[in-house]
Parts: sequence; structure tokens; C-alpha cells
Amino acid sequence: MPPVPLPPAPGARPDDRGHTLTSIAIRGVSRSFPTADGRLPVLDAVSFDVPERQIVALIGPNGCGKSTLLRLASGLLRPDDGSIELDGRPVTGPDPRVGFVFQEPRLLPWRDAAANVAYPLELAGWSRERRAQQVQDLLSVIGLREFAATRPHELSGGMRQRLAIARALALGPSVLLLDEPFSALDALTRERFNAELVRLWERTSTTILLVTHSIPEAVYVADRVVVLSPRPGHVVADVVVPLDRAERDANLDMLALGHVAGAIRRHLEGATDDPTREELTAEVGRQRRARQVPIEELGVPAWFDPFGREDDE
Amino acid sequence: MSVRRALDVTAAAVAFVLFWKLIVVVGNYPVFILPAPEVVAERFVSAWLDGTMEPNAAQTLLEVVLGFALGASAALVAGYALARSRLIERVLSPYLVAAQATPILALAPLLALWFGSGLLSKVVICALIVFFPVAVATMVGLRNVDRRLLEMARSFRATPWQLLWTLELPAAMPGIMGGMRVGVTLAVVGAIIGEWAGGEQGLGVLINLARGSLFDIPLLFATLLTVALLGVVLYLIVALVERRIVGPRG
Ligand SMILES: Nc1ncnc2c1ncn2[C@@H]1O[C@H](COP(=O)(O)OP(=O)(O)OP(=O)(O)O)[C@@H](O)[C@H]1O
Ligand SMILES: [Mg+2]
Repeated sequence: MPPVPLPPAPGARPDDRGHTLTSIAIRGVSRSFPTADGRLPVLDAVSFDVPERQIVALIGPNGCGKSTLLRLASGLLRPDDGSIELDGRPVTGPDPRVGFVFQEPRLLPWRDAAANVAYPLELAGWSRERRAQQVQDLLSVIGLREFAATRPHELSGGMRQRLAIARALALGPSVLLLDEPFSALDALTRERFNAELVRLWERTSTTILLVTHSIPEAVYVADRVVVLSPRPGHVVADVVVPLDRAERDANLDMLALGHVAGAIRRHLEGATDDPTREELTAEVGRQRRARQVPIEELGVPAWFDPFGREDDE
Repeated sequence: MSVRRALDVTAAAVAFVLFWKLIVVVGNYPVFILPAPEVVAERFVSAWLDGTMEPNAAQTLLEVVLGFALGASAALVAGYALARSRLIERVLSPYLVAAQATPILALAPLLALWFGSGLLSKVVICALIVFFPVAVATMVGLRNVDRRLLEMARSFRATPWQLLWTLELPAAMPGIMGGMRVGVTLAVVGAIIGEWAGGEQGLGVLINLARGSLFDIPLLFATLLTVALLGVVLYLIVALVERRIVGPRG
């Protein structure tokens, strides 16, 4: 990834290489949405921190509010209760330090690949030459240089996702919010992007909050894995991945990872109405509310599209 | 255009002319009811050569172009306002719909009274007739911009102005251009009606003359042909502009 200089945001501290560092604090965040019959609680008093330079993976069943949490963290949505802070300051709207990769690529269909990646640079008022250079660099990182002049509808789903990632990186954010960014990538590309994400992170001191449904991905990439319950989502476990990066690379398919993965899996299963969950329930020091969840409340299908309807902003 | 498509179009035109000729021959109609295609073609060429058609066609074209430009621009602004504000939509749309439902044929004499029998009254009539389809297309197009794209742009801190120019207008453009296609053909109708309601020059005037004092039915048909060609050409121009600015989206 090309190092992208960004003017330090107010209140931000640069690290020893001049990169901006930013931490995320999620404090007792609740959010509900209006529906035909009353309000649907989606997030219930969620609290956790993503310290600067950490990668935290967020994992949980469909419809538990992961995307909603990311939209809250990006300032696109306001919490009903609680607050979200970047570097100790409450988020009040979209922040230049934050790069967001949405669950769908959300590319502009009338722009070719290069112009899509250039879009945030245009909005930020970069000159044409600077834009061209930056877009070239980003397209090579995601391996789509030959497709610069191709429109999104002629690209594969995975290629579109890669473009969305490049677009989020364009302004050199110090916080990345990634909503299942690799879900459409083929197995090997996915591994490469996992490694690429870690490399990017090592080089640019980014703070990353990554939503994923893949336990191995979470364990490979993250410093910590936060597990959410079914809707309304609350934190059921906050698992530290106790391996350093070199060990993870050496153990890609190995048991050391499998052990952590197993722990996360049990927390996830505990979060459903599995009868054995009592013994498996997590520590975390958070009181879990003992509550039977009827099966129909558990899963919202993955294809459900929450943005298709009106909300109350 | 490929050779194949050119062939298709030519074949259809030939079939149409042959069918027309067949009706004339079988029905044995006199020239003042339905002239044969070659009679019309001959009159068409001679009317263009002897200077009967040209000044009238130029006048009508001018009215259509000015009226379309005026009506479409006003409609873009109004469509934007309607899309932005539910209040504006609630208050204004009954009048818009009522105005659209009132036959322009009935309004034309009134407008000729107000704006005189010169260029202005025709431009106003064209503009009025163009306004509604373009305004509705603009409103619907702007309203239906994908909310997810809007959210994406907001995450990059787009200003409302940037949202409009980089996202909402391009996204609404296919719909708006659809409204313009309808609008430009209606504008031709508007110009003819305006000329009937009072005017010294124009294809509408020529139609009146041809069926009235001149009683030259082949000229009447040749004029109708000119009107139709004018509509087709304008429509194609709008479609071409649309192709250029909308492009393939898949
Ligand atoms: N704008 C909205 N209006 C109404 N309900 C919404 C809205 N956005 C989200 N929801 C609801 O909130 C719940 C959580 O949605 P969200 O997209 O955050 O889930 P998720 O955890 O990201 O799920 P997935 O794993 O399927 O991506 C869903 O039940 C959805 O119906
Ligand atoms: Mg989601």
C-alpha cells in the first residue's frame, strides 16, 4: 500500500513514523429502528474499545446489528443511547479519518473502475494529477490495473469488492471499518487479502474494526474477536488472540489457531438457543442476561437488505 | 448503425409504402382523399425545391427548439424542487396535474390571445407541453436514487452540492432523458397546435392552407411527412445525447 499522507486530524497524535493514530471507543451503544409494529431493538448496550493500532474482528449471527454498529461508528447513524468516540471525541458525523467498506460494494455504475476509486479524492478536492497517481497505486495494490477503464457491471463480484476496498483506502484513513469486505473473494485471494490487510496495518498504523463471518479469518487477522449475540446484539465474548503475527503465518492451518477458533465458535453457539449454552457461556466480565430467544428472532437471512427501507434519521 | 439494422429499417419502410400504394389501388381513392405515395413524394420534393416548405419548416423547428429548451429547463428546476420537498409536491402537484389534464388544444387560443400570434405564443405552448413529462421524470429519478449510494457518498463527506452533481443527477439521468424523449415529440405537436390557433408561418399554417384555400391534398400529406420527419430527427438527437451522457450501466 502506498503510504498516503493525510493532514493530522485535530486532536490526533502521530506515531513515530508520522502516521496518525486513532482509537475507537464504543460506550453503551443502543439503537432501534421503527417498524410497522413498534420499534425493533437492534443493538443493546454494546460496549468495547478498539485501541489505536489494533485489529478487532466483530462476529455474530445474521441480523444481530453488526452493519448497524459500523454505520454508528462511522457517524452515518446516531445511537439512541450511549456514544461512540474517536480518540476520545464523540463522533457526530462522517469523519475524514474513517474509511468504510460497506457490505455491498456500492460502486457508481456510470463510472469506470479508476473513476470509482477516485471518487472520494474528487469529493475531497484533490487535483487531477494527484488523483491519477493515487488511483494507479491503489489499483495495483488490489491487482486491477488492467481493469482501470472497465465499468462495474463488467467486473466480477470479487473484483467489485476489491474496488470498494481501494476506494476506502484512497484518502489514507487511520480507522478502517470493514463490513465483510472479503466475503465474495475466492479462497486464495481471500488469504492474500487477509495477509495484505495485516501488511497494510503494519505499515500504516491503521485501527481496524472488521466484521466477518469467518472464524479462521477473524483469528488470523485480529488481535481480539468480539462476539455479538443474536438481535438485539450485545457483547457475549471478547476473545484475545494470543498469537503474534509470525506465529499465525507459520500456523495458517494449525491447531494453535484452531484452539482460539474453537473458543469463538463455542461463544457463537452459546449465543443461540443451544441447550448446552449454559456451560459454554462466556466470561468477559459482562453479565449476560439469561433469556430464551425464540427461533424466529434468531436469524435474518443473509440476503436481507436493511437499507432498502426508510429509517428515521 | 450496422448494415443489418439499416436493411431492417429500409425493408420496413418499403413495406409501408407498398401497403399504402395497395390501399390506394384497391380502394381506388381520388387524390383529394388519399393520394398515392409517389404523388406525395413528388409534391414533397417540389415543395422543398420551390421554397414552399423550407421557411415553414424552419419556423416550426425554431418554435420547437426554443419551447423545448424553455420547458425542459423549467421542468428540471421544478422536478428538483418537487423531489426535495414533500410540501412543495403536496401544494403544487394538483395544479400540475390539472394543467396537464386540460387539453392544450383548448388552451392554445387563449395563449394566442395573451401572447400574440407571433413566435412567443408557440414557444409558450411547446414549453407547457414539454414541462410535465420532464418534471415528473426528474422528480421520480431524483427520488429513486439508491439510498445505499447516497450513504456511501455521505461517508466520504460529500456536500449536498457534490451529492447533487456527482451522484443524484447522474443516477437520475436515464429517467430524465426518458422524459425528454417524450417531451421533444410532444413539443412538435405543441408547435402545430399553436400555429393552428393563429400564426403566419409554420408547418401547422401550411397544413391549414393546403386543406383550405389551396386545396392541395398532396401538399397536405407532404407537410405531414415533414412534421413526422422533424419529430423523428429530434427524437433521435435526444436519444443520441442520452447515449453519450448516460452510457452503458448494466
Ligand atoms: N434502516 C433500517 N430500518 C429498519 N430496520 C433496520 C434498518 N437497518 C437495519 N435494520 C434491522 O436491524 C437488524 C440488524 O441489521 P444489520 O444489517 O446491522 O445486521 P448484520 O449483523 O449486519 O447482519 P448480516 O450478518 O446479515 O450482515 C436487522 O434485523 C434489520 O432488519
Ligand atoms: Mg451486515
